[in-house]
Order: sequence, then C-alpha cells, then structure tokens
Amino acid sequence: MKTVTIDKNAFRRFVDGIIKQQRVIGVCAKGDRFDFEQLESADQLRLDYDVTLQPPKKYFLPPVETLLTYEVGDGYKSVYDDTEFVLLGVHPYDMVALNQLDKLFTQDNFDTHYMKRRHNATIVVCDVISPSKNVFASSMGTATVKDGFDVLLTDIGNAFVMESGSKKGDSFIAKAQDVVDSSEKDLQARHKIQAENEKRLNNHKLKCEASYLPKLLEKAYDHPVWEEKAKTCFSCGSCNLVCPTCYCFNVQDDVNWDFISGKRQRAWDGCLLDGFTKVAGEHEFRKKRADRFRHRLYRKCKYVPEKISSQIMSCVGCGRCVGACLPDIANPVKVYNRLVDDLGIK
Amino acid sequence: MCERCAVEKDIYLPRLATLEKKRLMNPTEMYLRLSIDDNEPFDFIPGQFVEVSIAGVGEVPITISSSPTQKGYFELVVRRIGNVTNAIHRLRIGDKIGIRGPLGKGTYPVEEAKGKNIVFICGGIGLVPQRSFINYILDNRADYKELAVLLGTKCMAQRFFHSEIDGWSHRNDIRFMETVDQADDCWLGNVGVVTTLIPKIETELQSALVFICGPPVMYKFVLMALQEAEVPRERIFMNLERKMKCGVGKCGHCQINNYYACIDGPVFRYSDLRIAPEAI
Repeated sequence: MKTVTIDKNAFRRFVDGIIKQQRVIGVCAKGDRFDFEQLESADQLRLDYDVTLQPPKKYFLPPVETLLTYEVGDGYKSVYDDTEFVLLGVHPYDMVALNQLDKLFTQDNFDTHYMKRRHNATIVVCDVISPSKNVFASSMGTATVKDGFDVLLTDIGNAFVMESGSKKGDSFIAKAQDVVDSSEKDLQARHKIQAENEKRLNNHKLKCEASYLPKLLEKAYDHPVWEEKAKTCFSCGSCNLVCPTCYCFNVQDDVNWDFISGKRQRAWDGCLLDGFTKVAGEHEFRKKRADRFRHRLYRKCKYVPEKISSQIMSCVGCGRCVGACLPDIANPVKVYNRLVDDLGIK
Repeated sequence: MCERCAVEKDIYLPRLATLEKKRLMNPTEMYLRLSIDDNEPFDFIPGQFVEVSIAGVGEVPITISSSPTQKGYFELVVRRIGNVTNAIHRLRIGDKIGIRGPLGKGTYPVEEAKGKNIVFICGGIGLVPQRSFINYILDNRADYKELAVLLGTKCMAQRFFHSEIDGWSHRNDIRFMETVDQADDCWLGNVGVVTTLIPKIETELQSALVFICGPPVMYKFVLMALQEAEVPRERIFMNLERKMKCGVGKCGHCQINNYYACIDGPVFRYSDLRIAPEAI
C-alpha cells in the first residue's frame, strides 16, 4: 500500500485523465450547496465541500433499482448493473456508513445486487476541509476513517496526500503521474489535519461517549422524549431519505405494456412513513408517530450496531437529517443528550 | 468482480413452482398444493415460510402448512385479503408461480420438543402454520408425549380443514378442542374465545411446550392465561406475523425491536422477546 503526494495541478490532470477512461462521480456545487454528480471535467470537482445533499449510498443502493425481470409463466431473471466507476470525494463519516452497509448486505444473506455495485466502485475518500453547519462526526468517532476506502486523499494546502487502502487503490494511484513518495513533512501535515478534524467536526456535542448509547437507550424505551418530539413530526421520511445508513427498501412489481413481461424493483422506503409496518387487513404494528420516531433512533444507536457488532454507531454524525427535518426534531444529539440529562451515565 | 458475487445466488430470485391442487376451504381461505419445478432440494423445518411471487403483482410471505414428512410437494393456505393474495386465489391448476425459500431461522423446536407434552393454541387462520408441526408430530408420534390442539374460530363459516380436524377429534393420540366466538343453533360445541379452552386442557401445562399462533390481539390474552397457569416463558413459543418485503433480513419492514421476523423468526421463544416490547 503506497502513500504519495501529488501537486494540485497534477491531480487535476490526473482526474481529467480518469474521466476519459471511465465513469467518475465526484462532488460538485449545486447552487450554494453540494452533491455527487458524474464529472465531465476535473474543474467541476469541489473537494472543499462541507456536506453533500445526498449521501453516496445511492450509487450502491439506488433510489429505484431493477432486481429481476419476468415473463409470466417463464420465470424470473436477475438483472445486474455492471459498470465500473470511481466515487471521488467521499467524506470519512460517509465511508464509515458504507462500511456498515457492506456488513449489513453481506451478513446472514449475501446481497449480490448491492455487492456487485460495491465491487465495481473505486472509492476515494477525502478528509474534511470545511466542516458543515450540523456535523457532529467527532462526537460519533467518525471524523476520520481507517479502512474500507480504496484511496484516502488529504488536502495539505498546495498538494494532496494519497494513500492506497486496497489493491484497487494501488492501481488507481499507479495511473497518476508527477507523484512523489510522501515526505515525513507531508505525512505530519496530514496527521495534523486528521487530528484536528477528530475534534473540530463537532457542531453538536454529544454528552456521552458514542459507544455508551446502546446502554443509554436500553433504559430509555418509555421516556417521554419520544412523544414530545414526535408531536410535531410530519412522518415525511426526510430524515430517512438523507441518512447515509438508512437502507430500508420496498419491493414492487412493474408491469410492461404487453402485460406479459415486467420487472421487480426495489425502492427506498422509510421507517418514519405511515404504513411502513401496515399489513393487509389494515393492522399496523407501529401506528404511532412516536413509535416510529423512537424506532429510527434506536436503529441508529442500538439495533443496527448490535446486529453488526460494531463499536461505531449507525448514526455517523453527518448532520444531514438535522438540516432536512422541517419541524427540527430529527437532531439525534439533542435527543440523546436529553436522555443523558434525565437518565445519567452509569 | 468479487469472488463471492460469482458463487452466491441471487437472494431475490424466485424458483418456479406448479400449482397442483387448489380448494376454497371457506369464503376467504384457499388451500394450495404446489410442487417445485427444478430438481434442487426443497427441505424445510416446520415454521419456515416461503415468499410467493405472482408476476406483475408482487410477493407475499406465507408459512408452509404441510409437514416436511410429506415429500414431493408442499401446501399453503392463503387468506384473500390484499392484492397478491387475491391474485393467488385466481390461479388455475397448472399455473406457474415463483417461490423463494424456505426462509426463517426461527422454526418450531422439533428436537427440543421431543419427549415433552405439546400444546398448540390457534386462533382462526393461526392453525395454518401450526398444522405443519402438528402433522409432523403425528407422523413421528412416538417421539413426543401428550399432544393437545386448541382452536378458536370467529364463527362457523370461517372454520376450515373440516375433515382433517374431524379426523384429529377421533384419534386417541391427540386431544383436539375447538370453540367458536359466535355460534348459531347448529353448533353443538364450545362457545367463547380460545382462552376459555385453556382451563380444560388435561395435559400437565407447566412442563409442556406451548405454541401460540393467531391474530395480534389474541397473544396478549393467551399469554395472560398461560401466566396464570404458571407456564414458564422459556416454554412458550409464538409465531409472529409482520409486514415483510425481502424475507431475508434486509428491507427492515418486519423488524420487532432487535429482531427481524423473517430471519430471527417467525417462531419466537417468549423469553427471548423480553427485550422486544413491540412483539405483542
């Protein structure tokens, strides 16, 4: 695994070179905000972004994807998306989220649809330059990332330090020209940025260690905060939509005009939406808004981390839900801090 | 490409099965006998379910109602209640449908139940999944001790499996008791909800394994009655139904607190559900 330094102009030429060879998705400005888009030129790339509107999960679990096609009486055929691509500029907290999705989609039953896309991707993570308004990755221990990426990129001022994290990363870096092995000084500059990020990406401060949250939630099931917050919840599912670790989906059939053939698709779903648990016969298992609100925050910091035995919570502190929630109730830190205040740390 | 993607099967891909027999058992319940078209094995444990695909309509999770001791085919009973189940009712003999499964790791404890008294408490269509294990026990009768089956149905018109349960009620090696919530003059049996049968069980309850399956509202009252009878939670099992989409532990719909009905269930031990208040 190599670590090299590349001058910013050389990096731009390098990216332009890759764009000519394969599909490159990078972070671009969208008005005064940012999002992942397919790059046409390296000039579009904005690695100084604060946070993207959408997390990168959509490149692995698209909002709508075809799983199968069918023909009545003739059975079903799997459909796979098999194009290789580069995902450029993923922030560490989003990489942590992808690492968790990888575990979830391979655990118990191996999801070939998700994993094929995952293996077709070369993921280039970049350390955060401009913290977003609502980020709290430092509180969640996700301000930097140690594994899962193919390349880790750090802006050290006039150049980037590029570290390979996999074989795919090695061959990615091998394509770059005008690189030099990173000097001790470059590595120190990178270390300083990462150490600072581990403290400063903290615009909402969690009052306990993130690893304590499952224990805290164990005691909080009947706490009044769920009802209080959910009183103004629109059940719109915006928090689910922007979350890098929300992966619930619905499966539906779409019939073609011939009424013989068609496809089976999966589409994002949200546990905050009314009807998420409704079965035929109108019975709904989580009918109350407060139950659904609680379920999401339990999933983030109890159910999912316990399911994949992860010390890192499934809320990675990107802060997207804080900005997306109209009634301003989604901020997980506010809820968890309230529980710390009321229930204490024991 | 990744090595595992090359060897792993698509978990969403159904196999084809052929409808061999169908019979409407009451105004809403359809009995179906199916056989898998390919030669790959289809081995299941009582309590496991399949995802039934009707192309163009969708999928629905249905627990297998027949016993694995019956080879070469399997049986389902489907209530006509949503889009897919109505489409299933419209199928004709010989039609092809998609099957995924058998699914679910939470099955009836076939081994643990050996040498023990067994009690089944069923509410209406709750008999359907339990029937798999009931018939399994009847086919391996020497392995199990006393067997009691309690069935409560809303009204006479909703009773089903008439000849089969008539057969049970005439056997010496199974104690079958039935009640209906509302009866008319033609009904000579018990009247009242299924819990009214619990005090009539002659089998020693404390040492028995008790299996419950029925509509959501039934569980609470049956559990209260069993608590009164001092049946330990470790020996009570419940078959839970939830909205299910993927059936393989991904889509999140069937989650009951920490558990997924599809992979951790659908049969749960009551003592394991202590941490899952959403279960009941």
